[in-house]
Amino acid sequence: MHKLKAKSLKRKVQTQNLKLLFLSFCFTLYALHFTLMAAFCQAISSTELINNAKQYDGKVVDYEGEVIGEIMVRGEYAWMNVYDGDNALGIWLLKDLTRGLLYTGSYKSRGDRVVIAGIFHENCLEHGGDLDIHAQAVRKISPGRVATERINFAKVNQAAILGVLCLLMLILTLFKRK
Amino acid sequence: MIGLALAMLVPIVLGLAVREINPTLDFIISLEITLVFGLILMKLCYTEKDLSWMQGMIVVSLSWLAAMLLGAIPLYLSGHWKSYLDACFDAMSGFATTGLTLVQDLDHLSLAHNLWRHLIMFMGGQGIVIVALSFFVKGASGAFKMYVGEARDEKILPNVIDTSRFIWLVSVVYLVLGTLALGVVGILNGMQPLNSFFHGACVFMAAFDTGGFAPQSQNILYYHSLAYEIVTIVIMVLGAINFKLHYHIWMGHRKEIWRNIETRAFFVTIISTFFLTALGLRLCGTYPEVWVLFRKGFYQLISGHTGTGFMTIYARQFINQWGDLALVSVICAMALGGAVCSTTGAIKMLRIGIVFKAMVEDIKRIVLPERAVVVEKFHHIKEVFLTDKSARAALMITLAYLGLYGLGALAGMYCGYPFLESLFESTSAAANVGLSCGITQVNMPAFLKLTYIFQMWAGRLEFMSIFALVGFFAAAVEGK
Repeated sequence: MHKLKAKSLKRKVQTQNLKLLFLSFCFTLYALHFTLMAAFCQAISSTELINNAKQYDGKVVDYEGEVIGEIMVRGEYAWMNVYDGDNALGIWLLKDLTRGLLYTGSYKSRGDRVVIAGIFHENCLEHGGDLDIHAQAVRKISPGRVATERINFAKVNQAAILGVLCLLMLILTLFKRK
Repeated sequence: MIGLALAMLVPIVLGLAVREINPTLDFIISLEITLVFGLILMKLCYTEKDLSWMQGMIVVSLSWLAAMLLGAIPLYLSGHWKSYLDACFDAMSGFATTGLTLVQDLDHLSLAHNLWRHLIMFMGGQGIVIVALSFFVKGASGAFKMYVGEARDEKILPNVIDTSRFIWLVSVVYLVLGTLALGVVGILNGMQPLNSFFHGACVFMAAFDTGGFAPQSQNILYYHSLAYEIVTIVIMVLGAINFKLHYHIWMGHRKEIWRNIETRAFFVTIISTFFLTALGLRLCGTYPEVWVLFRKGFYQLISGHTGTGFMTIYARQFINQWGDLALVSVICAMALGGAVCSTTGAIKMLRIGIVFKAMVEDIKRIVLPERAVVVEKFHHIKEVFLTDKSARAALMITLAYLGLYGLGALAGMYCGYPFLESLFESTSAAANVGLSCGITQVNMPAFLKLTYIFQMWAGRLEFMSIFALVGFFAAAVEGK
């Protein structure tokens, strides 16, 4: 009887320990989530980074914008350029960090919007003095899309009217020559 | 104008090939307007008479203005330029191979419009009138006057039309080679093959014609590649060499490179301006490593000296990081330019060489005994005796350029910008370079935009055509 009581007490303690472990794990995750959120939420603009490059040199910064052009893979790493509406900055990152990125900005598509957390370099010695960011983490905040082109019928009409005018002028010129 | 209209077929074909419908419509509308305008001019101005010098010059200066107004139409229709003035600014910048730009959201611009931006540089670099002479003119009547009016006073071959065609042959051969080289480097840098060759063709046109536009807003910094920078340096230097020298090199006279006054002057000015730039950057401590200092410093300097305007730094870095000495050195390099009869703008090396020789001659006259006969010679394809006439002509154009640089700087200061920044931007515009320290922006005053357009136009045509036009209007006002 005493043995049974001791066993159930032990089990109870074990369950309590497990619960505590689970709770602390959840709390850690929650705290980590908030830390990352805080790290990503105060993005610095490209203009601020370019104009006050010395102040941010070597520091971890967050930068938000649209991935434009192409992601250029160089071995285990890659270059991508992120445009925040004023300027585009070069981002040097591990190739693996680009995996979730599907769209890059061009005439035919809007690129994925990302937040980059990384070390800002005023004149990166590793990359020939480029002003760049070496990314530590990349978070996609909104996916890109294919930009559907709607035909501008006003332009179609203008082209047609001018085409007729052009033809008339050509005929007139040819007749005059003859 | 008919030639310009036909050139618009290139972006139309590209637009149709890549299914960019609205951009294609922009070019169809622009082509039709240009064609109508050209046909009206043909009806109104057709003559069988030979052009006088005055008429030749006026035709050239007005052709450039008309090309700007018509070439800007597709740009404006794209919606990426906030006003027609901004589109005209970029069109003149393109035709005059300057490279200053007011485009908005360049990274989302269509391929057709992007190709057009670079194509107008390619045409402008060779010369708009040269396009007409090469493809549309059968006789040489009045051709030489227009050829000279477009700031090309040297004939490579006896016939000016053959000369124009040779200039196009050189350009097209280098276009193929340069596009291949840049395309391959782009692929090795991780770009998609098609995109890489498109970028290669655009960047080549901008580099060889010492223009400075690029398909992306970061200019050459977009590629993050040393190899790309090296290839563009080679192309920029090729573009800054006299077409006459290209001809002699092609004919196997390689020694001409080392003997020519222009290449010697080019070498000396590059070394001296780079020395000052490097010293300025070292004093500022901007780039702690020598290799990095060389890579950044030399690229911006050679880009400025050849009149290209490619950048691997952001515009404000010139002001924030480079310091006054390095900035002044780049301004000097921009002001000097490349060779005559090349695609560059600015004072140019032949004139610098002649002015220097004239100075040496004058010093010798003072130092040597009065009875000594002082004769100065220089080598430019052949041995040439320095005459007072050639020295005066070189000095006059040099002074005109210095005046134009100063005029733009005054306009900049009038608009509230600091002296050095105003001088930098003004020299860049007037010397058809395209490097910017940040003044050229969409929100700069319209007065300054107009000033820079005038500077780009006058600088590209080297004044004579502009003087002729001003003289013509002055005479018309006076009723003569």
